[in-house]
Amino acid sequence: MTQVATDIAFQCIGLHKRYGDVVAVDGLSLSVRRGECFGLLGPNGAGKTTTIEILEGLLVPDAGDVEVLGLRWGSHEHELRQRLGIQLQETQLADKLTVEETLRLFRSFYHRGREVAELLQLVELESKRTSWVSKLSGGQKQRLSVASALAGAPDLLFLDEPTTGLDPQSRRQLWGILQRFRADGGTILLTTHYMDEAEVLCDRVAIVDKGKVIALDTPKALIATLGQPRVITHHGTLEDVFMSLTGRLLREE
Amino acid sequence: MNRGGAFHPLVELTLARLREIFREPEALFWAFIFPILMSVAMAVAFPSSGSAPVPVGIRQVEGAEALRTTLAASNALAPRLVPAADEGRALRDGEVDLVIVPGTPPTYRFDPARAESRAARLVLDDVLKRAAGRSDPWTAVEEHVSVPGSRYVDWLLPGLVGMGIIGTSVWGIAFSIVQARMRKLLKRMVASPMRRSHYLLAQVLARLLFLLPEVGVPLLFGHYVIGMPLRGSLVAVAVVALVGALSCGGLALLIASRTKTFEAISGLVNLILLPMWIGSGVFFSAARFPAVLQPFVQALPLTAIVDALRAIILEGASLASPQVVRELGILAAWGIIPFVIALKIFRWR
Repeated sequence: MTQVATDIAFQCIGLHKRYGDVVAVDGLSLSVRRGECFGLLGPNGAGKTTTIEILEGLLVPDAGDVEVLGLRWGSHEHELRQRLGIQLQETQLADKLTVEETLRLFRSFYHRGREVAELLQLVELESKRTSWVSKLSGGQKQRLSVASALAGAPDLLFLDEPTTGLDPQSRRQLWGILQRFRADGGTILLTTHYMDEAEVLCDRVAIVDKGKVIALDTPKALIATLGQPRVITHHGTLEDVFMSLTGRLLREE
Repeated sequence: MNRGGAFHPLVELTLARLREIFREPEALFWAFIFPILMSVAMAVAFPSSGSAPVPVGIRQVEGAEALRTTLAASNALAPRLVPAADEGRALRDGEVDLVIVPGTPPTYRFDPARAESRAARLVLDDVLKRAAGRSDPWTAVEEHVSVPGSRYVDWLLPGLVGMGIIGTSVWGIAFSIVQARMRKLLKRMVASPMRRSHYLLAQVLARLLFLLPEVGVPLLFGHYVIGMPLRGSLVAVAVVALVGALSCGGLALLIASRTKTFEAISGLVNLILLPMWIGSGVFFSAARFPAVLQPFVQALPLTAIVDALRAIILEGASLASPQVVRELGILAAWGIIPFVIALKIFRWR
């Protein structure tokens, strides 16, 4: 290892990224500690995916500085890829491979990590070991996708909207997997537009809108900033926080 | 190195691609069944022995039936009655090589530009005049020899095999890559520590396994059923097929390197393949093209495959013969240059 022992899992300073006339990320800075579960919360188009893909080394920012596990993408890409687990938003894994074959394939890329059988157990897909990916339910596909990200026993896990489109039971099942990963000392960055997900999983949350961080704190502290609920009768949620900050609903599209 | 029970990534990637192909019924059809069907069709269209009688038409007027009986007595001719209105079509489609109008003297209707029609005229004229009592000053001694390898079918088969090699390589590899790109699977792969060259190489390696049936079936069928000669070594044939497939694999990677839709890749594949089907001498000799075009025609990868296969199969050339060496050199260039460019410009997202 080249870096000194540090408490920081990854950080970015002053990220900018634009696509033509559209500014996707506008001076965004974050710093996440090892062992932390950090959430990027915001509506579609807020710049969450662009941000996470810059941190994953899949996009190059127009400006700004990124450091992951004390290393930089330009000089240590291969080492970083060995130590990161990445789950992308839109990936469709190969339909005609089985669950086990898919995991074997991903496992072969890493120098360390669990046996394929252990991975299957970890994401509760042992019974689907020989099923084709095309035969899996949405929740099972997503668990397989997370398992492929966990194949190399990563220090840091990046998840882009891991539970979007899943039914409540599948979401809770996936949360359980992520909580176990954290209990083993892993660090997580996830994007979501579900408030409850952020409240359950995340130690800290950054609310992102129009490419900027507009609030950053623990879910509890963010909710507390609301003070007394105004017209709302239930106790405050992150949805309300977003409303009060932007005057918009989080999931209006 | 601990891979948790998995093989080397290149092996796993190749296996994954093979599994996908084997689980795709259409792919199996094209790779295994199609060459057999094609070979059977060839066997039916070009029987290995005996000369087929010449098909001639007789215009359906008075005296036609009597003429038919006369002509049918000669086994060199296959006469049939043709209604006057249908003559044009029958001649055009090659159903008959010539139409005879009964009379004294009869009229031969045929296109002198067609070699078959000119031959039919000679055969027919001979049969009719003999039947009318012509006496020949002498009759030549005929010595019938069969020269395997000189028939069109012998020449065509290696061409079709070459066409199969390039077709499966380009379609199979290019489509699989575009599909993976559309499914964002390529992006997921490069988010892992996978080596990009492993991915591309695996596409080509998996494809090579299909060479065996694709090349072997038509060649063995051609040899044993149609009687096509196999004068060179099978090893030499295998080397040309292998180098040819690798070379076309490089080409496939190049055209798939930035393509994002099936429509676009179909267009590109056709753009590459169709001119080669015409220009590379699969169905007729590439030597027919004018001298100015020859450098281009000879530089095409399919021309190189087809010419090398013909030299080995029909003329017994070895891998060391200057022609085969030259064709392999052309193929190597077609394999390496596009592969390197593809690796540089490949879009993984």
